[in-house]
Amino acid sequence: MTLKGLTIKGAAFGLAAMLAVLAQPASAVTLRYANQGDLKSLDPYTLNETTTIAHHGHVFEGLTKRDKNLSIIPGLAERWELVEPTRWRFHLRRNVKFSDGTPFNADDVIFSAERVRAPGSNFATRVPADVKVEKVDDYTVDFVTPQPNPILFYQWDSWYIMSKSWAEKNNSVAPTPAAATTPTFASLNAMGTGPYTIESHQPGVKTVFKRNPSYWGKIDGNIDEIVFTPIANDSTRVSALLSGEVDVIEPVPLQDINRVNASQNATVLTGPEVRVIFLGMDQVRDELLNSNVKGKNPFKDKRVREAFFKAIDVEVIKSRVMRNLSSPTAIMVGREFFDLAKDFTREKPDPEAAKKLLAEAGYPNGFEVGMNCPSDRYVNDGDICRAVIGMLARVGVKVNPIIEPKAQYFAKVLKSGGYNTSFYLLGWTVGSGDSHNVLYEIMGCRNDPKTSRGDTNLGGYCNPKLDALTDKVLVETDKAKRDQMIKEAFQIGIDDYGYIPIHQQPLVWGTSKKVKLPQRADNQVRLEWATKE
Amino acid sequence: MIAFLIRRIIQAVGVFLAVGLIAFSMFRFVGDPVNQIVSLDTPYEERVKVRASLGLDDPLPVQILRYLGRAVQGDFGISYQFRQPVSAILAERAPATLELALCATIFALGFGILLGVISALTRGSALAKTLDAVSLIGISLPTFLIGILLIYVFSEKLQWLPSFGRGDVVRIGGWSTGFLTASGLRALVLPSITLGLFQLTLVMRLVRSEMLEVLRTEYIRFARARGLKNRAVYFGHALKNTLIPVITIAGLQLGSVIAFAIITETVFQWPGMGFLFLQAVQNVDIPIMAAYLLLVAAIFVAINLVVDILYSVVDPRLQVATGKAS
Repeated sequence: MTLKGLTIKGAAFGLAAMLAVLAQPASAVTLRYANQGDLKSLDPYTLNETTTIAHHGHVFEGLTKRDKNLSIIPGLAERWELVEPTRWRFHLRRNVKFSDGTPFNADDVIFSAERVRAPGSNFATRVPADVKVEKVDDYTVDFVTPQPNPILFYQWDSWYIMSKSWAEKNNSVAPTPAAATTPTFASLNAMGTGPYTIESHQPGVKTVFKRNPSYWGKIDGNIDEIVFTPIANDSTRVSALLSGEVDVIEPVPLQDINRVNASQNATVLTGPEVRVIFLGMDQVRDELLNSNVKGKNPFKDKRVREAFFKAIDVEVIKSRVMRNLSSPTAIMVGREFFDLAKDFTREKPDPEAAKKLLAEAGYPNGFEVGMNCPSDRYVNDGDICRAVIGMLARVGVKVNPIIEPKAQYFAKVLKSGGYNTSFYLLGWTVGSGDSHNVLYEIMGCRNDPKTSRGDTNLGGYCNPKLDALTDKVLVETDKAKRDQMIKEAFQIGIDDYGYIPIHQQPLVWGTSKKVKLPQRADNQVRLEWATKE
Repeated sequence: MIAFLIRRIIQAVGVFLAVGLIAFSMFRFVGDPVNQIVSLDTPYEERVKVRASLGLDDPLPVQILRYLGRAVQGDFGISYQFRQPVSAILAERAPATLELALCATIFALGFGILLGVISALTRGSALAKTLDAVSLIGISLPTFLIGILLIYVFSEKLQWLPSFGRGDVVRIGGWSTGFLTASGLRALVLPSITLGLFQLTLVMRLVRSEMLEVLRTEYIRFARARGLKNRAVYFGHALKNTLIPVITIAGLQLGSVIAFAIITETVFQWPGMGFLFLQAVQNVDIPIMAAYLLLVAAIFVAINLVVDILYSVVDPRLQVATGKAS
């Protein structure tokens, strides 16, 4: 009886399997992709974070896009022009349909502009509140800025356009806030104009993307289906790649690179990421935290900051900590985003000069200071800090390490934690793809509570001359002039030893040898460009 | 019996309160959830708003009371990471953990008893010594290492079994099961072995020592004197009497297998409750952490209660000692 039951079941299984094989078109190519992070919300305005933005980019599109080299190219807008110094005109692409069949037009752009800056959106800076959005006709939209803004659209590759009718129909007109207390329809479903649609989405477990048959554009890749699984554990993720269970992983831990390259079916893609890792010093407090210097703050003395800069050998960090994969840098922005970056060279390390400078500043025997450092946020972040601590010890500075998981680290060092640090390591990517962002956010004075300038300037470095230049950079529309101003501003920061830039950290992706995939320097894994044999 | 139950339930409430209080006071040290929710370049004003909307600005006692008040009504709040009710997420993840725990326990009991008997019966032989040595390794190797070794050998080198996930699952009502598909069953093998190995060695060593003990008792000698065959003596009489403590231990261990599948689930990216908890710790998802800890407390309280009741049923002497003597 049981035996019979089993046979029948077996036959049914066999039949089902056969049917499944028959139902699959012969050419369907599935790419399985694992990332260490989750895709937590499908609402494209909830979380401004690289991995999430890259996922959404398969389903949604912006008015502009960035190509494989991060250059801005037309997206849902065919072209755009400056009709007046304060009026950008965007001409929309015709004959574009959302994947539910409704046509795309200016109303969707205006709707998305309102939604992206509504309360709860994490992307509110994409379309500043004082920008007027005007519909000229169904396929032309004007953006009127209160003052000239040459970089208004620099970040619009990640301001994804949503369908007005879809959002209204599904009660999703308001953006899902990061701290929403109930899941909204838009956080669990996504519908855009992009090359893929979402077939199924189980947060934290699995998300399946299917090729959008009605996509207006051509895609370079040949992937019909993307199966995304988060795999948080490093060694499990690498094993899944090596065993062929997944085709692409991000990231590969540095220590596993050789293992992946040695395997028969996988290989590692590396390149510099646009993220710059740097050290910051507290130049505001009257007395440093965790320090033996009482009554004064050594970092207020430029000679001390210069001594720190000279004590740290970034080439050693590169060869010993980063396995030769990092690219040391002199400036605070990724070189991919600043054409004049090549004009800067980093000053050579000089521990002897550092000792002399410390002695001149009144610390012939060095001093003590605490250093805050995340241990799970950037590539080998904790190890970089340990190396830095060793180098500083050689010039007599005793650094007390406070190396913690990012949850604890960020709780202390950010504005919300009262900038509770005197010496720290941080990484920064200019989200806008433009230097103004880092000049304003990281290098700007934070002493005016009315503006958000310098909000992430955790050490409070301040030079009003730099701020004045930053303000001019914002409104200058002539690119050559603008680049010169940016260069001047960075030079002020370098001369002040306001920060100690270390390197652009490496991007490390693992791919099956069957997969060809371009690696974009902003670490967005875009699988519409992938091909698989 | 009823008085006993009531006393036990009052104790359980105390346990829950204690777990809740300890957990909540620890959460203050795991970091700021707001940073895990929004991105680094989120303006300060927006962070303040997020903080306020999560109720994190209230003093700790207010937060605890509010949480407990809702928890009593079965509302465990909304996960910060997933923005879904915690109870719904736990219900969705529970089948993965329970199926894994079940398989691991079956594996541990089956092989543990078998190997324990073998090593007891062949005492002193090379085989028994080998088993002993192996069991020592099993008991002292950390779980994550076993998991990684198994993945290295069976997924990466031999490519026989999957290294992560549950494979395809079939939904039956609210329950998702991996038992009904080939890939689901294959996916269960390595995590079950990893999770069950420690219990296996525990059971094996227990069975061995109990068996040696029992084999020395009088009734075994009488059984032999009656001319019973070895098989009947070992399995009919000796093993049966060995199993009583084994069952007790296995029951108690089932609780810890469910509760502490965290490491195994993390290594294998197993979408269960333990993995969820670890992610919650990393992301400072306080509602999930709190609910998980309370759930684990509930599991242990329930299992201990059942074991206590069973004791008094199985062994009437215990009942005399507590109830009837007075």
